[in-house]
Amino acid sequence: MSVYPEYMRESIRRVEATRPARMGTNFPRLSLSEQEELLGRFHPDYKPAGKRPLRVGPSHGELVPHEVADLLEAYPLLDPKGIDLSVVDFDVDVLVVGGGGAGTVAALWANEAGIPAERVLIVTKLRHGDSNSIMAQGGIQAADKPQDSPAIHYLDILGGGHFTNDPRLVRALVEDAPFIIRWHEELGVIYDKEPDGTMITIHGGGTSKKRMHSCKDYTGLEIMRVLRDEARNRGIPVLEFTPAVELLTDEFGQVAGAVVWNLETEEYKIVRAKATVLATGGWGRLHIQGFPTTNHYGATADGLVLAYRVGAKLRDLDAVQYHPTGAAYPEQIVGLLITEKVRGLGAQPVNSLGELFVHPLEPRDVESAAFIRECLPPELGGRGLGVATPTGMVGVWLDTPMVDMIHGKGAFQRALSSVYRMYIRFGIDPTVDPILVYPTLHYQNGGVVIDEWGWTGIPGLYAAGEVEGGVHGKNRLMGNSLLDYNVFGRRAGLAAAEWAREARLGPLTLRHVERFVEELRRAGIPETRRAPILLPDYRGKKTLMRVVDLL
Amino acid sequence: MDEVQVKVKPETVTVYIMGQAYQVPAGLTILKALEYAGFRVVRGVGCRGGFCGACATVYRLPGDYRLYADLACQTTVKDGMYLALLPATPAERRAYDLRKVKPAGDTLLALYPELARCVACNTCTKACPQKLEVMDAAQAALRGEVARVAELTFDCLSCGLCTMRCPAEIPHYHVWQLARRLYGAYVAPRAHHLSRRVQEIQEGKCAAELARLVRLPKEELRELYKAREIEPE
Repeated sequence: MSVYPEYMRESIRRVEATRPARMGTNFPRLSLSEQEELLGRFHPDYKPAGKRPLRVGPSHGELVPHEVADLLEAYPLLDPKGIDLSVVDFDVDVLVVGGGGAGTVAALWANEAGIPAERVLIVTKLRHGDSNSIMAQGGIQAADKPQDSPAIHYLDILGGGHFTNDPRLVRALVEDAPFIIRWHEELGVIYDKEPDGTMITIHGGGTSKKRMHSCKDYTGLEIMRVLRDEARNRGIPVLEFTPAVELLTDEFGQVAGAVVWNLETEEYKIVRAKATVLATGGWGRLHIQGFPTTNHYGATADGLVLAYRVGAKLRDLDAVQYHPTGAAYPEQIVGLLITEKVRGLGAQPVNSLGELFVHPLEPRDVESAAFIRECLPPELGGRGLGVATPTGMVGVWLDTPMVDMIHGKGAFQRALSSVYRMYIRFGIDPTVDPILVYPTLHYQNGGVVIDEWGWTGIPGLYAAGEVEGGVHGKNRLMGNSLLDYNVFGRRAGLAAAEWAREARLGPLTLRHVERFVEELRRAGIPETRRAPILLPDYRGKKTLMRVVDLL
Repeated sequence: MDEVQVKVKPETVTVYIMGQAYQVPAGLTILKALEYAGFRVVRGVGCRGGFCGACATVYRLPGDYRLYADLACQTTVKDGMYLALLPATPAERRAYDLRKVKPAGDTLLALYPELARCVACNTCTKACPQKLEVMDAAQAALRGEVARVAELTFDCLSCGLCTMRCPAEIPHYHVWQLARRLYGAYVAPRAHHLSRRVQEIQEGKCAAELARLVRLPKEELRELYKAREIEPE
């Protein structure tokens, strides 16, 4: 059992000592200028050494993290000249690349728009539903209460994103939100409700109204499994363990499907499609700046690589979302998500001395910066008031016992059963003791540029979910990613279906990849890197390299 | 990230992966131990956070007759552990149309008549990595208690361990999914404030305000943002 060692216990006693005085009070919220100062000094995004400008491609010159530049400036996995495009293995109207939330929603709405199920195809890297969508815990935003409105939701998003968002996309997001929740109700998603049907909604970081809808703390799981079940009922075909490794174009320059790769038989297949929806998710498994991540195994930014080679523009990829509360102890769960809902229900972040040092519900980037300031040693400009763990992590306390003290005994287990289960497994009872947390790599704020129908600007190519950018600007608020994949998954599915009805395809080519390779060579980029990487490699000592130095 | 580096030589344990012995550091999860041993896992891994159920696995311990079942990403290795990888759990799923199916309890038994084969042996419950009362849910399903099944199985990850161990060969997680959708769509009360807001939006009542905000310069947006009234917690 990983019970806390005595030196951590000593700090916990300080947390307990300050708790009565903290109950019912809170740290004041920061002004916009105070937020900006904190971000500038402590958020990892503001370290210039972490990024470099892209040397090739349509977003040439834009700053992105090194880990992302390494993939965007990489050579293809398969030699484009060595692929036989004359045999088409699957011929469909709408190809959906990615079987998480966005992809499943896109497939459902393409079908709803009249494309027969058998003319839709989902290809996905792992199993249908294995995604970040299924891991989301806290909730989904929608302005559906009388004291709230889509306009207020709009303002919250813009402020949270530091006014860098694409206004048209934000409008689509907030205006479709209530419709999406009602669609979920009709599909049988079990939202948390009062006995009269009123949605139980709470605050999330950066919200001005309580509009966070939840399904206990399995919100992502509940929505994803219902969507997947519906796709299965409709008979929408899915190729599992078969990620796309390249998009296909035709001689008119429109996207015409993809080359997919069977991870088990290690052979490629050709999918010809009149319209393609990219729904490949984000980049957490790139471990930007060495951070642990909340993301699922396949979150390796494949979609960015594929879209970039075909000429799509990227935006806001300099902005990485670090979730403030990743588990920092015990070792087995380092980096895993502790939902923001824990703070939404009243748990406060406190330092090793038991002092409250930030409002619990600042926007995520601000909250993370405050945690980092608390933990960094004074010689690096921080306060040195974090708690170090035996395996070399550092973190601040999240005072979880407060949840039951505020809402009554049993409230934590009812509302936060996944968090409770995660800690009890390792011998820590979060209703008795606080838990140690530190920011963890959580979300790709930016991505492929789209319009309000998910169109990338390239004929035949749409994008939805975490792979696209602009909706959240440089910082997403909690509860807007589940909403994003539903709103833009639906819109991309509808738009792809409409395009597919009219589209005529010429012969398939990979000329865009050949051109990209030439550009890489001209830029003098060595042929050592290949992308997409499909899965991270954690074999051997890599499993421990972020934790314990074995040498 | 800026890490405190601690140089320690970790204790090791011996695990047997499908018969072959490997030394791995103590404290790793089963999944990380497999990777440490050199396996590149493709099947039997998903979210790595205890939510997707892909890494359902079984193991034995030395001197113990039991076959244990758990999630590889959430279980710590023990010395002498005998591990296997489970690539998938085959289980038949019956397709249905939610709009046409009868929103009543006997729908469960109609689609999954094998529910009646349950002998209440409780093997499913013992296999559940989420520690759900699986057998109680099977019995409730047999009685057509949709709300009870939905409540008991809400935290189900569809990992399939119960189904793999069930002597009555019930595909539990597909039954649970059906029950939860019936509950969500037909038993749970609808949110009237939600339908009202959807209608307002469809009637264009929110459009003018949004159109104004979309065109507003950043400075004015900042002022509006600062002036927002925060709903009390």
